[in-house]
Amino acid sequence: MKPAHRLTLFLLMAPAILWLGLLIILPHVEILILSFSQRVAPRVYEFGFGNYLEFFTEPLYWRTFARTAIMSIMVTVITLVLAFPIAMYIARVAQGRVKAMLLLLCLLPFWVSELVRTLGWMMLLRETGIISYLLRMTGLASQPVELLYNDGAVILGLVYGGLLFMIVPLANALESLEPSVVEAGFDLGGSRWTVLRRIVIPHAMPGIVAGSIIVFMLTVGNFATPVLLGGKNGLWFTEQIYAQFITRFNWPQGAAFGILLLLLSSAIVWAGLRLTRQSLGTTLRQA
Amino acid sequence: MSQSTDLDLVNVTKQFGTHAAVNNVTFSVARGEFFSILGPSGCGKTTLMRMIAGFENPTSGDIRIRDKSMIGVPANRRPVNMVFQSLALFPMMSVGENIAYGLTCRGVGRAEADERATRMLERVGLKGFGERRVTALSGGQRQRVAIARCLVLEPTLVLLDEPLGALDLKLREHMKIELKQLQGQFNTTFAYITHDQSEALVMSDRIAVMNQGRFEQVGSPRELYHNPATPFVASFVGETNRWQGDVASASNGAVTVRLSTGGMLHGRGGVSQGAALSFVRPEAVALAQDAAALSSLPNRFEGRVSAVLFDGAASSLLIETPGFDQPVRAVLPQAGPLAGIEVGEAVHLGWTADAMKVFAA
Amino acid sequence: MLTKRASLKLATAFAALMVAGSANAAEKLRLLTWADYAPADIVAQFTKETGIEVEVTLSNNEEMISKLRATQGAGFDLVQPSQDRIAGPQQEFGIYKPIDLSKLKSDLFIASMLEATKKNTTLDGKVYGVPHIWGTDGLIVNTKAAPKVADYNDLCDAAIAGKSSFRAKRPALIAFAFANGMDPFASYKDAKAYAAMMDKVGAKLAECKKNVKFFWDGKDQLLNALRSGEVVAAMAWDTGGWKLSSENADIKFVAPKSGALGWVDTFAIPSKGRNDDAAYKWINFNMRPEIAAKIAASAGNFTASNGADKLMQGKLKDQFAESFPKAAIDNIKWYPAVPAGIEEIEGKVLDRLKAGS
Repeated sequence: MKPAHRLTLFLLMAPAILWLGLLIILPHVEILILSFSQRVAPRVYEFGFGNYLEFFTEPLYWRTFARTAIMSIMVTVITLVLAFPIAMYIARVAQGRVKAMLLLLCLLPFWVSELVRTLGWMMLLRETGIISYLLRMTGLASQPVELLYNDGAVILGLVYGGLLFMIVPLANALESLEPSVVEAGFDLGGSRWTVLRRIVIPHAMPGIVAGSIIVFMLTVGNFATPVLLGGKNGLWFTEQIYAQFITRFNWPQGAAFGILLLLLSSAIVWAGLRLTRQSLGTTLRQA
Repeated sequence: MSQSTDLDLVNVTKQFGTHAAVNNVTFSVARGEFFSILGPSGCGKTTLMRMIAGFENPTSGDIRIRDKSMIGVPANRRPVNMVFQSLALFPMMSVGENIAYGLTCRGVGRAEADERATRMLERVGLKGFGERRVTALSGGQRQRVAIARCLVLEPTLVLLDEPLGALDLKLREHMKIELKQLQGQFNTTFAYITHDQSEALVMSDRIAVMNQGRFEQVGSPRELYHNPATPFVASFVGETNRWQGDVASASNGAVTVRLSTGGMLHGRGGVSQGAALSFVRPEAVALAQDAAALSSLPNRFEGRVSAVLFDGAASSLLIETPGFDQPVRAVLPQAGPLAGIEVGEAVHLGWTADAMKVFAA
Repeated sequence: MLTKRASLKLATAFAALMVAGSANAAEKLRLLTWADYAPADIVAQFTKETGIEVEVTLSNNEEMISKLRATQGAGFDLVQPSQDRIAGPQQEFGIYKPIDLSKLKSDLFIASMLEATKKNTTLDGKVYGVPHIWGTDGLIVNTKAAPKVADYNDLCDAAIAGKSSFRAKRPALIAFAFANGMDPFASYKDAKAYAAMMDKVGAKLAECKKNVKFFWDGKDQLLNALRSGEVVAAMAWDTGGWKLSSENADIKFVAPKSGALGWVDTFAIPSKGRNDDAAYKWINFNMRPEIAAKIAASAGNFTASNGADKLMQGKLKDQFAESFPKAAIDNIKWYPAVPAGIEEIEGKVLDRLKAGS
């Protein structure tokens, strides 16, 4: 390569490298270093693993994480089940403008902020809200129904927020499935279920995995939805991190929780990949 | 009659809006027959095949397989299997799984299905390929897998939708023969659709020539080639010379045609007056160095070679002939006195009246 | 990913703060305060009088401290944390600088309140805060739907099951400690005793939890729920109660039997504030009775300004008088300074309360 070319390449890459370095890697390194410092006295800190030990020895914290992880997996599965027929319709039935319209419709809720979307759900679900009112009007309930502040509401809100991120990679994967392959599946005697199970789903697997990773990570790391829709029993792990940083002023502990969230959710994704025998490489290429 | 047929179509019509993709088609395919439907793209042959497979429903008419109406029977319940144009192998499965797929759909146990798939692979010459990914196969091997996947189910009828289209020429020639052999070996009824007349001619027991949603003619390859029933069949099946003119005189099947450019031609056909189309196969054109050798032929002309189109056994000559608006096409002689004929040389040419088919234009 | 996002946000926030800081002209006051503490007309009047522009950022106690901690006390010239949140964070993080009392007109302050605040915000002999606005935490009660609620413990009464609320924050711990015969402030210095006490309070709250509709977080969320009747009794700030009271006479702010919790928001100067003169000017300006009265009306609370109460409109005074008979005023528990480490103990109790089911 000529020096001039090398310089051009460098200049072209510079924003990306700066972005990666300054905004992603550097803060993470700082958080990592922070997570190993322990307070011994006012303004005196020393190196140690205490913040990590705290997570494993205090049941409160790892239970909160386990709860967050299990609910996130549930959210991912529900999102997948709901998104699949929609993606199927967008990829294989809808044509031209209808297809663009449908994708736009999926995108529409994301034009307002997550907070506004969540507040919208609160208006629907609260005791004096629209759904409770309708239930009473139609005689299905005799008194106001509280649908808010429980795990169901949290899952609903998170699924709603995750749908788009599941639909897009799924629709992408399904679109590349040749129609004649599906027809061959039927032609050779397969029922709808067999074709779905043995042909459509295996073909869509990279999309399923990509969508699931995205939705899982977004869900595990979500903050506003569980806080606003969640009940008095529902503590999301991110709330724990927020609490450590902001209300407890315990940055090292918050940093350790942050790193643990990163590591543990990555481990879950890795386990998921192993379980479905997918590799991250092919998944990323597909997505 | 119907006892020995595997497939009967009775007055089958398929309308897409006001357009009739398939228009009142009736035919039967006998047991063990290799039946082809030949036609240009858009003639309705794919729609016809998809109706037989069960992916489309006819607007009217009946499709019967071994005397059972297939109307309302879904594709996965028909004793018909299809080899797709793209082959449509399942890329997510190994070769063996592809072949065992249909068996497991029928509820055949895993072990038995594998066993039968292995045997089938042996029969199509792919022994030991069971574990391979389908993406790791050559074109010809994929072809065989696609066919084996159908044959393992022992269907009444195998439909083949231009399966050779994607192959290169050499392999295509080879696969034509192999397909025919496979069909004989398994003694299964094949219905084959193609726009390639050579594929149809080489492999088929009978061919239906289809045009604009209708069957023009159904017959053996020889019948179609030598006795085309319509000008479309005459020009679509095989190479041919085609001239337009007017009937000068006609009696008892013998027709004399006057070309607008002056030539007078003698042939046979059912037309008695008006505009006419005349067809002569290149191989029916006799060539000679002197006129005397052709003296017994009713059609005799002298021309000059304008082009030599060398293509091995399919080579031909274009001969600029006075009285014709375009050069006469003849087979390039590659033995005898005219072997090595060059552009610009004079040559005598002629053909019998039987060799020339005349149709009303 | 939260860590990614959180750290990104922190990083960008720091960057923004630094840029904003360096770009500042000298005559600008960067004020970090609560909603309604710096109404637009007051700011305009200040700018007109002094030529100093005021840049207002709204926040709450925890965020104020977190923000200052992130920048080690830079980015703002004047902040308004509660008086009990000054000495502890100062000891821990060193985010404030001492107040030069000679630059303040001390006769503008209610003398007793100034003294109390100075005492609470003193560390190593230096004063770090002076009082501005004060108010109480007590009970907002819909007297029609929940006539019996008179103390914090009544929030756990089965009669209002599913219709009560409090914040899962430290005031709830303190309040329920008092309501159950303990004195948390007396144990502030004894971490062990305090932890034991908090465990007891935590158990009490966990038991009470089934009665609670939600742990409220934002003031508007709670007020809406009280308006609609979804919640009929809650532990909350007096101003919210009085606000609702003027909309619906059934809803009243009640000083609990075991005592309302009294808080004082202060003026404090960040350790790396760059315009102390403007900060002192703002404090003196704000404590002028006519200005203080306006701010008090805007915030719906009372002020530490000497003489402002005479200028205030009648309604707030009437409401205060109704909620606080003489004995109730005497019974207000004023927050002493929070020693470092206390929040750790409370935090775990609160986490357990929220997580446990």
